Amino acid sequence: MSTPTTSFGREAAAAISRSKNEPAWLVASREEAGQLATEINLPKPEKLPLTRWTLDQYGTNRPGQNVSSISDLPAVITALLPEQSGGALIVQHNSSVVFTQLSEELKAQGVILTSLEDAARNHEELFRKYFMTDYAKEEHKLAAVHAALWNGGVFLYVPRNVVIDAPIQALLFADDAEATFMPHVLVVAETNSRFSFVEQVASNLGETSATLLHNSAVEVFAKAGSFVQYAAVHQLDASAIDISYRRAVLDNDARIEWIIGDLHNGNSITDTKSVLKGNGSTSDSKIISIGTGSQRMSLTTQAVHFGRSTESDMITRAVMKEEATAIINGITKIEKGATKANGQQTEKVLMLSPKARGDANPILLIDEDDVKAGHAASVGQVNADQVYYLMSRGISRKEAERLIIHGFLDPVVSEIPLEGLREQLHRILERKLG
Amino acid sequence: MSTQFEIQGLKSSIEGKEILKGIDLQIKGGEVHAIMGPNGTGKSTLASALMGHPKYEVTDGSVTLNGEDVLEMGVDERARAGLFLAMQYPSEITGVTNADFLRSAINARRGEGNEISLIKFVRQMEGKMKELEMNPEFMHRYLNEGFSGGEKKRNEILQMMLLEPKLVILDEIDSGLDIDALRIVAEGVNAMRSEDRGFLIITHYQRLLNYITPDFVHVMMQGRIVKSGGPELAHRLEAEGYDWVKEELGIVDETVGQA
Ligand SMILES: Nc1ncnc2c1ncn2[C@@H]1O[C@H](COP(=O)(O)OP(=O)(O)O)[C@@H](O)[C@H]1O
Ligand SMILES: [Mg+2]
Repeated sequence: MSTPTTSFGREAAAAISRSKNEPAWLVASREEAGQLATEINLPKPEKLPLTRWTLDQYGTNRPGQNVSSISDLPAVITALLPEQSGGALIVQHNSSVVFTQLSEELKAQGVILTSLEDAARNHEELFRKYFMTDYAKEEHKLAAVHAALWNGGVFLYVPRNVVIDAPIQALLFADDAEATFMPHVLVVAETNSRFSFVEQVASNLGETSATLLHNSAVEVFAKAGSFVQYAAVHQLDASAIDISYRRAVLDNDARIEWIIGDLHNGNSITDTKSVLKGNGSTSDSKIISIGTGSQRMSLTTQAVHFGRSTESDMITRAVMKEEATAIINGITKIEKGATKANGQQTEKVLMLSPKARGDANPILLIDEDDVKAGHAASVGQVNADQVYYLMSRGISRKEAERLIIHGFLDPVVSEIPLEGLREQLHRILERKLG
Repeated sequence: MSTQFEIQGLKSSIEGKEILKGIDLQIKGGEVHAIMGPNGTGKSTLASALMGHPKYEVTDGSVTLNGEDVLEMGVDERARAGLFLAMQYPSEITGVTNADFLRSAINARRGEGNEISLIKFVRQMEGKMKELEMNPEFMHRYLNEGFSGGEKKRNEILQMMLLEPKLVILDEIDSGLDIDALRIVAEGVNAMRSEDRGFLIITHYQRLLNYITPDFVHVMMQGRIVKSGGPELAHRLEAEGYDWVKEELGIVDETVGQA
C-alpha cells in the first residue's frame, strides 16, 4: 500500500492524471494547477487561522468498486440513500464514481448525468466551457489543489425547457481516510429548465490517524429563465476536513435556491456564492449548521449583483455547542449599474454553551444608489420567554428547549426537497443536538 | 371534586420592586371572576406570578389548587395540574408549528405511553379551530409567528379549549380584537364554562364582560384588590370610570412600581 502523498505539485498532479489515461489537455490543465498550488497561498477566512489545519494531505488514488445496480453497492452506502427508487442517482465512493443511474426518458430528453471524469472524456466541449470558470484555480491554494486533483465528480446537463420533477441525487461517500476525495459537481441548467439536485456528502472512516481532506467544489450555471434548487447535506467524520466552495452564475431571470446543511463534525470552510449576472435573476440561500466538540468552522454566504432588478436573500442559522467555533460571514455586493437590486441577509446564532463561539459578520458592499439592501444578525441563547411560554402549556423544560432549538433550524430543514433526506436530516440533528 | 383555587396574602416582586402587596382571592369551579383596573396596577403581574414566570419572585403568601401547593411547582407542573394562562403577549416561536406545539402540550399532560393518536389530535384541533373561525392553515404555521394581535388571542383560546384546564386565567384576551373576534372568543370561553372549571378574567375594559357575564368583579389598584362586587360593579366602572373608586378610597396614583 502506498502512503498518502505529502509532497505535491506539478509532477504529482500529472502522474495521477496520466495513470487514469486522461486526455492530454486535461493532464496539462492539472499540471498547470499543480504548479500554481505550490506558488499561491491558502485562503484567509475571516477570524479563523488555518495554521493548525492539516491541509497539506492529498491522499492517494483509491477508486471504489464499480457496480451496475444499487443493490451491489456496499451496505454503508445504501444505508445512506434516502430513496431507493429508480430516480436519477450518482454515487462516488472514495476517489471515483461507482454508480450512475438515469432513466431512459430523461436520457431521451438530452439530460446528461455522468461522473465529471467521464464528462471530460465524452463531453469535452461542455466541460471546457464551464469547468472552473467561476471557481477559479487562482483564487487560492485550495482551489488550485482542487483543480489539480479533483476526482470522480458529477456532471449534470439539463437541456433547454426540460423540467425534471423528481430530485436528482448525488451521494459522495468516503470510508478510506487515505483516499484522495475531491469531487467537483458541475451543473449546467439550460434556458428555462427546472430541477432539484440533492447532494449528500458523508464518510465512515472509523479509527484513523490520517486526515481525510474533502476539498470539493460546486459550480452551477443557470441560463436564462432556469430554476435550480440545490440542496446539500454534509456529515463527515470529525477527523475529516470539509472544504466546500459552491458557486452559481445566473443569467437573465434565472433562479437558484441553495438549501444547505453544513453539518460536518470536524473543521470546515464552506463558501456559498451566487453571481447574479443577468437582469431579474434571483438567489435564495438557506444554510444551517451545528457546531459540536472543538470543531472550527468558517461559513460564508455571498451574493454579487451585476444585473438590474436582481434579488438575493441569504439566511444562515447555526447552533453552537460545547467548545465549537463558527465564524459566519455574509457578503452582499451590489455592483455599479445593478439598479433596483435588492440584497438581504440574516445570520442567527444560537449559543448553547458558554465556551462555544459564534461570530456573525454581515458585510454590505454597495456601489449603486438605486438599490435596497439589508442585514440582520443576532447571537443569543435560548429565549427564556419562549421556554416559559411552552412550559406554561405543560411542556417540560427539556422538551421546550428541544422544540425551540430544532425549530431554530426548521426553516431550512423543511425546505429539503426530498422527504427521505429530510428524515435523515432530522436524525442527524437529533444526534448532533442530543 | 369541584375545583377550588385559593390565593392568600400573595406578594410578588420584580427586580426587587414589590408589585403585588397581598392578594386574597378564592375561585370555585363554575365561577367567573373578573379583575379590572387601569394600566400598571399589577394585573398581569398577578397572572405571571400565578403561572410561575421566573422573573416574578413570590415573597409571601400561598396559592393552592385543590389543596395542592401551586407555588412549590415548576411552570410546567402548574400547567399539568390544571392552570392555564392566556397571555397578554404570547411568544412567537420560529420553526415550531402550532400543531406540533399543541400535540406536545397535550401529550405532556397525558404522559408517556398514553400519547394521543395523530388522527384524533388533528380532528380535535380542526374542530376547535372551526369553532373559533380560524383559517385551517394556522395549524401548520409557526407558533404565533406573523399572527396578527387578534389571531394570537384566538390561538390562546384554541390552546385553552384543547388543554381543558381547571383554572383559566385570561390576561387582556380582549385587547386587539374587533367586535366579531371578541364575540367568537367569548363564545369559546362560554362554551368552556363548567362546574369544575374556574375563570379569572383580567381586563381593563368592561366590553368583554358584556359577552361573558362574571359572577364576581374585583378592582385592582396599587397591587391590591381594593374593591369587589357583582356584575353591577363592572357596569358602574363602564359608565363612570375609575375616578370614583379612587376618590372613595383616597387613592391618588393607582399604579404600582413606577417610581
Ligand atoms: N417585566 C417587567 N419588568 C419590570 N417591571 C415590570 C415588569 N412587569 C411589570 N412591571 C412593573 O409592574 C407594574 C405593574 O405592571 P403590570 O402587572 O403589567 O400591570 P397591568 O397588567 O395592570 O397593566 C408596572 O408598573 C411595572 O412597573
Ligand atoms: Mg397587563
